[in-house]
Amino acid sequence: MISLNINGVQREVEADADMPLLWALRDILQLTGTKYGCGIAQCGACTVHLDGQPIRSCSIPVSAAVGGRITTIEGLAKGEELHPVQQAWIELDVVQCGYCQSGQIMSAVALLETNTNPSDADIDAAMNGNICRCGTYPRIRAAIKRAAELKRGGKSA
Amino acid sequence: MSAEGNGATDNGRRQFLIGIGVVAGGTAAGMALRPWLVGAADVNRPPADFQPHAFVRIRSDDTITVIIGKSEMGQGVYGSLPMILAEELDVDPTTVQVEIAGVDPAFNHPFLPAQFTGGSMSVMTTYDALRRVGAQARSALLAAAAEQWNVDVVTLTTDSGVVRDSRGRRLRYGSLVDAANRLPLPDPTAVTLKDPSTFKYIGKPQRRLDSPIKVTGSATFGIDVMRPGMLTAVIARPPAFGASLRGFDATAAKAVAGVVDIKAVPSGIAVIAQHTHAALRGRDALVIDWDIGSSKSLSSEGLRQEWRALAKRPGLVGKNVGDVAAAFRSATRTIDVEYELPYLAHACMEPLNAVAEVTADGCELWLGTQSQSQDARFVAEALGIEPSKVRIHTMFLGGGFGRRASAVSDFAVEAALVAQGVGKPVKVVWTREDDMRGGYYRPLSFNRIKAAVGADGMPVAIHHVTVSKPVLANTAMGKMAVTKEGLDPSTIEGSADMPYAIPNLRVEVHNTREAVPILWWRSVGHSITGFVTNSVIDELATLAGKDPYEYRRELLKEKPRHLAVLERAATEANWGQALPAGHFHGIALQESFGSIVAQVAEVSVTNGKARVHRVTCAVDCGLAVNPSQVVAQMESGILYGLSAALEGEINIEDGRVVEGNFDSYRVLRLVDSPAIDVHIVTSGGPIGGIGEPGTPPIAPAVCNAIFAATGERIRRLPISKSLNA
Repeated sequence: MISLNINGVQREVEADADMPLLWALRDILQLTGTKYGCGIAQCGACTVHLDGQPIRSCSIPVSAAVGGRITTIEGLAKGEELHPVQQAWIELDVVQCGYCQSGQIMSAVALLETNTNPSDADIDAAMNGNICRCGTYPRIRAAIKRAAELKRGGKSA
Repeated sequence: MSAEGNGATDNGRRQFLIGIGVVAGGTAAGMALRPWLVGAADVNRPPADFQPHAFVRIRSDDTITVIIGKSEMGQGVYGSLPMILAEELDVDPTTVQVEIAGVDPAFNHPFLPAQFTGGSMSVMTTYDALRRVGAQARSALLAAAAEQWNVDVVTLTTDSGVVRDSRGRRLRYGSLVDAANRLPLPDPTAVTLKDPSTFKYIGKPQRRLDSPIKVTGSATFGIDVMRPGMLTAVIARPPAFGASLRGFDATAAKAVAGVVDIKAVPSGIAVIAQHTHAALRGRDALVIDWDIGSSKSLSSEGLRQEWRALAKRPGLVGKNVGDVAAAFRSATRTIDVEYELPYLAHACMEPLNAVAEVTADGCELWLGTQSQSQDARFVAEALGIEPSKVRIHTMFLGGGFGRRASAVSDFAVEAALVAQGVGKPVKVVWTREDDMRGGYYRPLSFNRIKAAVGADGMPVAIHHVTVSKPVLANTAMGKMAVTKEGLDPSTIEGSADMPYAIPNLRVEVHNTREAVPILWWRSVGHSITGFVTNSVIDELATLAGKDPYEYRRELLKEKPRHLAVLERAATEANWGQALPAGHFHGIALQESFGSIVAQVAEVSVTNGKARVHRVTCAVDCGLAVNPSQVVAQMESGILYGLSAALEGEINIEDGRVVEGNFDSYRVLRLVDSPAIDVHIVTSGGPIGGIGEPGTPPIAPAVCNAIFAATGERIRRLPISKSLNA
């Protein structure tokens, strides 16, 4: 049995130590907001936070997450209050099929934790590991800037 | 939950969350979809509901649920289709709940005896019907109110889910449910529809209804479905197209912890396990003897060489206007060029998957599909049961692009066969490599074009010979679409009927039969023909020494809608005016799926790498039901096409697909994504599609800009392969 701290709750997982964190989250804990896209850390659909850092959960074993704080897309909102990044995503109609967006949002949230006013180059660098096939990139860029504004105290539209 | 009831105090966003979240979440948790109701005569209608037909349900608590039979793959049908119905029902579309329909003939495509989402046709084929059923329901509620108040119905009006009379009295729709149920339903073909100039919602931008569940991770895609006792399977698939199984040893695989069962199915060897990780481990441990067979000699490079020779020979005539031979004899200047496009994978972000449960009662499937009726039919055939015993639950699609409208229902049938005899639900997951190497690509295409201009520099003839595997002929639509000579309209769409005025035009086709499975890929033939024809028009403009935009204006002067779109794109892009140093413009226009789209790409080329800085797009889709999603679909189509144009290619060597994942099948990332401006041209023309028409013009617009920048003409995609360093 492996004990993981996920979204502030300690969860027991019956899994081999080498099971990728992604499958522990999805198949064992049924936290299916984190997505499988490539399995080789190329697409970012599986992005979660480990101690606040964005990681590709498909490519780290569950044992590496023991003792750390894991945050998934399900843990982002505070009750009914969505995270500013989620709010900006809704406001700017970012999503299309939506499959990659959990990962995109987790990467964007991590960026804004350390950078309150990211430039285009900052956004390029932080989001380069997340693929979207629907072509929501221009709106992702705009929504990150909008979320930064919201975090700084801007009004939600 | 009418706007009247709580709209004044409630946060609209939360309503969306509650609205669609409850319904989709219910499905996610494994609750059965509500029993289906069709037609007014249904006696099982719950008394608390007014459900005049399959498309809307009004509850006494004012909850209004719109039931959508089209699949949501990002294109926004769960927003646009409810808007259309809500407009005539006269309720705020942002307050309705959206329910994902079961499979029912009520949701069949009007041109096909099937429930199907594709061809950019969801709005254009349901617009009139959804207006009529919305108006029918409103009319029934008005009649109920008139009876209750004992007044003439013509004195009543509606607004946001409330009936009002001339004295200021009001009745909520929910309070009229019982009364409406007792009255005969009005004839939907005879109801009065709104004058479009009075539309409150259609034509005005509306936010997506599914954003709240998609930004919180709670939207349920096929791959997210969980069923009690469910197992997960992956399949060891043949390593090459046409390979067959000689035998396998599962001893080691069975010993892997968590592996439950291993069985051969037609598509390979299924490893059924407690979870994905165990299934993958089990698959790795299989020892398999494959017979590669004749496909060992199959390669895309080999096909290319064969097809180059084939393109020099006469083919099936797809179009013959005027006399190209005579025109070439009298031409001033000619070109004789070859254009090539690679196989392309759809590469949906959600790899293919399906959950199936097979019991004595039949088969239940949960999956993201564009093709419910056919999936049910093929699954029934494979299991040897009646199609009525197959029940399909449509989930959110993590991308479709045509791949989830499989002509053979591959991922549905396979899941049913894996689950057969297991006694538990089984989720079959395709890994990214399975998905990418599993075939069903945009066809490889080889084209030879001879073209000529006259003394005035304008085109006198185009002779286009195209070689590729025909798309529709390899689907159920082949029977009705392909001519008895074998001409497949999808091969010549956009070339035989190009809008540019070409006095002598001959299009010929060679149909190929290689073992590589092909399928419709976003915009089908148009992403191929759009590249070839728009590049050739540019070549002719160069030959004539004319500006490519002015040249096109001349060729479209008899087509006012096309001309308006072309001019709008060029004007908004400041065509002909100074650009930043090293930046150049290219332009292209394609009509597809009933819509006309022109794009101007602003490109620079440095050290053999093309960078697209900005795309200016103009679109005439007749009516933009939800303009913000028209813009979103243009952006989407452009970036999907740009990704393919810059780097997309599937190569076959020794019968095997070279590319397997996003490290080798390179796709566009945010850093290379241009700014995009979309302008909607309002023509009042018939409703066109929006999911696909944004894709075809981008590759030629970019390549034409590369020519402007470098003088190098890209005649083979992807650009990364052709562009000189």
